[in-house]
Amino acid sequence: MTTLTAQNIHKTYTLRNGLRFSKLQAVKDVSFELTAGRTVALVGQSGSGKSTIAKLLMQLEHPTSGQLLLDGRPIGRRGAALTAYRDDVQMVFQDPFASLNPFHSIGHHLRRPLLLHGKATAKTVDARAAELLERVNLSPAASFLERRPHELSGGQRQRVAIARALAPGPKVLVADEPVSMLDVSVRLGVLNLLARLQREEQLAMLYITHDLATARHFSDEILVMYKGEVVERGAADDVILNPQAEFTRTLLKAAPEPGTNQRFLAEARRRGVPMPDHLAHREDQ
Amino acid sequence: MSTPTPDPASAAAADPAQHHPSAADLAASAANRELVDIEHLRGDDSPLSQEPVLTVSDLSIEYQVDPPVRAVRSASFQLRRGEVLGLAGESGCGKTTLAYGLNQLHRPPARIVEGSVTFHGQDGHDVDVLGLHGADLRAFHWSRIAMVFQGAMNSLNPVISVRAQLDDVFTTHRPEMSKAERLSRSRELLDLVGVDPDRIGAFAHELSGGMRQRVMIAMALALDPELMIMDEPTTALDVVVQREILQEILRLRHELGFAVIFITHDLPMLLEISDRIAVMRAGQIVELETAEELYFAPKHPYTRKLLGSFPSLTGDAGDFIRAGYSDEETR
Repeated sequence: MTTLTAQNIHKTYTLRNGLRFSKLQAVKDVSFELTAGRTVALVGQSGSGKSTIAKLLMQLEHPTSGQLLLDGRPIGRRGAALTAYRDDVQMVFQDPFASLNPFHSIGHHLRRPLLLHGKATAKTVDARAAELLERVNLSPAASFLERRPHELSGGQRQRVAIARALAPGPKVLVADEPVSMLDVSVRLGVLNLLARLQREEQLAMLYITHDLATARHFSDEILVMYKGEVVERGAADDVILNPQAEFTRTLLKAAPEPGTNQRFLAEARRRGVPMPDHLAHREDQ
Repeated sequence: MSTPTPDPASAAAADPAQHHPSAADLAASAANRELVDIEHLRGDDSPLSQEPVLTVSDLSIEYQVDPPVRAVRSASFQLRRGEVLGLAGESGCGKTTLAYGLNQLHRPPARIVEGSVTFHGQDGHDVDVLGLHGADLRAFHWSRIAMVFQGAMNSLNPVISVRAQLDDVFTTHRPEMSKAERLSRSRELLDLVGVDPDRIGAFAHELSGGMRQRVMIAMALALDPELMIMDEPTTALDVVVQREILQEILRLRHELGFAVIFITHDLPMLLEISDRIAVMRAGQIVELETAEELYFAPKHPYTRKLLGSFPSLTGDAGDFIRAGYSDEETR
């Protein structure tokens, strides 16, 4: 059982405006635990500190105070210890159009982490890369290996990014808005894929989003962030269906949701029919 | 305008240009989303009339590359004065091409191969939009049909102030206005969209995403257009800011009575704000219906698929994704 624990982490940035300096507290006293087989969702507005937390977990930034523990031990900061940490903790970025290098083939994107993390040898690397593509439902894998990112759709690119994150065999996956740049018609496909992989691999997942609906369906626990602080946390259904914090209610109210819209509820009464459940009729891809 | 205005609504109510005495009440209730949505979209005080403002018939647009790509295929619809028409569909389905074609903003290699676009002006004159050229087209743009562009957050010029950009609209289209008139109208517009008029000297990078978006809307409103085309105006914003902008658009539509073509792929959002919704796929409008009809009785399979792409926030589909992967697992 792998656990990544964040204990009372703070992150303060120093801003400079001409000769004046000021401080911005991006993350204030946040604690949580990512355990194998569970998904924790982090929701909040732009600028609430969600992505800063992702950067802290990936060691792209370091906390001002507080600490990160992997299986109870402080995480490796440099050298071999850092590489070992990166074996275990990987990230899927928001924008699959920016996170893949347009000059390199899909195969290159997968071979590199496999070789760097010692998960394959020069002989086996192609077969391992093809396996990764099959795992994210990109087949025939052989044809994808040679293609470049611009030949793929947004959903396919994000699948490649997921395959790349899986290459080092991580135990913890941080997904920063993995579907917000994708077309609505492919979003659920990608989320289902992440959910299946998470279950198969028993990954500990941090799902960062501002979409409350997917946060609810996709995760076990939800943390609601506001201005760097966690204002509410709890089981996914509890937070969404029975919100306690004022800000959570604001977020919920702001999300477009025909199912609770007075106009549509009135229309259902007028028509004498129940509210339709469109998801039930969805043809799965 | 030099005295601080405590509430933008009171300034809007004092504005002689506004038609509806209830505007202040509406703005006051802006905090309550259900109320606003219903009041704006339904009922007798809705600005919706049967009078058309735009008629599009059999519009086809082709990208003349090799081989040619038909991006819009025989699109036909009529837009009524004060109506909000939602245009939904995934990337690459031709939404933006259609929007550009409507007011001749398309550039080669795009070309309109057939069809007509007729604008029915408030003055009673019909304008054949596709027949406009040169100075006529220039005068028509922005004053009759205005557009809020995709990624509007980033379409402000970063090196000149908001004031200079608003000024530019007036010096181009209303050369007779004096400097003082331009300034007071610009401040009025900012006030109308809920931006403190004192921020008029600010540059784009000094404003938040939502404020930039409001400035873009102010700019589109500058010449009192009868139709606003909004191409994904809230896509880059978070839900709370998005909600504020949508309420602002609906409030302004109510006060000023313009029609809106709202382009997005966010169908739940369209359902809330639109009178009618057109669903586009591969260049064709596959279904055009009232929001209610589309939600309760979608006819086209693609509409059903699109509706099925959004997990419900509060509905009982809570185990949908979990069920989804357990199915996948067994195969």
